[in-house]
Amino acid sequence: MHEWALAEGVIDTTVKVSREKKLKEISRVVITLGELQQIDEEIFKFALREIIKPTSIFKKTEFKFEKEKAVLRCKVCTTEWEFGDMLCGLDDVEVESIHFIPEMSHIYMKCPGCGSRDFEIVKGRGVWIASIEGME
Amino acid sequence: MDPRLNIIAHRLENVDRLIAVSGGKGGIGKSSVASTLALCLSKKNYRVGLLDLDFYGPSCHLILGIKGVYPEEERGILPPQVYGIKFMSIVYYAKENPLTVRGIDISNSIIELLAITRWEELDFLIIDMPPGIGDTTLDVIRLLKGVEFLVITTPSKVVLETVKKTLEMLKEAHVPILGVIENMKLNNSSWTRQEIETFDVKYLGEIGFDRSFEDFVGDRNKLLKSSFVEDINKLIPNLD
Ligand SMILES: Nc1ncnc2c1ncn2[C@@H]1O[C@H](COP(=O)(O)OP(=O)(O)OP(=O)(O)O)[C@@H](O)[C@H]1O
Ligand SMILES: [Mg+2]
Ligand SMILES: [Zn+2]
Repeated sequence: MHEWALAEGVIDTTVKVSREKKLKEISRVVITLGELQQIDEEIFKFALREIIKPTSIFKKTEFKFEKEKAVLRCKVCTTEWEFGDMLCGLDDVEVESIHFIPEMSHIYMKCPGCGSRDFEIVKGRGVWIASIEGME
Repeated sequence: MDPRLNIIAHRLENVDRLIAVSGGKGGIGKSSVASTLALCLSKKNYRVGLLDLDFYGPSCHLILGIKGVYPEEERGILPPQVYGIKFMSIVYYAKENPLTVRGIDISNSIIELLAITRWEELDFLIIDMPPGIGDTTLDVIRLLKGVEFLVITTPSKVVLETVKKTLEMLKEAHVPILGVIENMKLNNSSWTRQEIETFDVKYLGEIGFDRSFEDFVGDRNKLLKSSFVEDINKLIPNLD
């Protein structure tokens, strides 16, 4: 359950922002889950709930999740593709490596246009905080 | 907002000393020194971690003969403990494959590893740095507050030229430099020492060229009996 470590990152960052903006209550945190990292939303939610227990600013917080498709673009031939289209060609070990470090996708995937591994992760890499809302 | 950046400091809050073994130039013995130093410190009963940040050419596992281990998943990842060393490397995820990535991906991978690895309590975390002073060096300086650099050089004029650039860069960034180790020493010339001292950086000592090094690569027991280890043990008191 390494989701826990990233959930801690979300809470820690939110606490920091609440201090900077002098927020007494956090009403909403919007979290983007990039497809490439294949975070389990249920585990992530569970971890968030466990981690916030002792912290009062989270009493009424809504955690909203937005899934983002992972898009990759080849640096050599500019072909763009979605990770979802390639997922079925990967075995469990490969998928797990990408789950831990999304950049490992460069080892287990190639550009469908020209076969190059020189591609960029355009979007949908991993966990991202889209917004934090709260009251002073 | 990147939720990973903030948590890195917490992951390292119980690590007493962070030492990045660097040098700028390639093939000068950074990985050999980093791995062996971790081994020697652990022999002296310190709690030691070893982090291989050379994603293009990870080597520490080869030098220490570490294989068949994998981190445990527990609210993050716990590095496996081998010979008393908590060992973390990209090889767990990349296996033996070449990693064809650019700087931005290196940076993201480093951030990810640092954000999810639970080192717990350590006296030393030794970091094996890749050659160069690019992405990895900049990220280590940016993300690892309190990191100290241990710089390796050899008696080569060509190597020293690049090492000087590394020292200059670290000084400008106000990063603490523990000092310089002269590796692969063949004679007793004091030229390197003089050059280093004009830089106002501590010359920590030397490691002789060990002709039998290849024989003990991957074999911890042989390594422990080598002159290389003997030389490293002599240097350890100078790291304070
Ligand atoms: N004192 C020494 N005596 C003999 N051989 C040595 C010594 N130190 C290192 N070597 C050898 O030199 C080579 C390079 O060492 P090492 O891989 O540690 O260098 P590095 O600086 O980490 O290289 P890179 O820049 O590729 O990461 C290896 O083959 C190693 O066995
Ligand atoms: Mg090396
Ligand atoms: Zn292509």
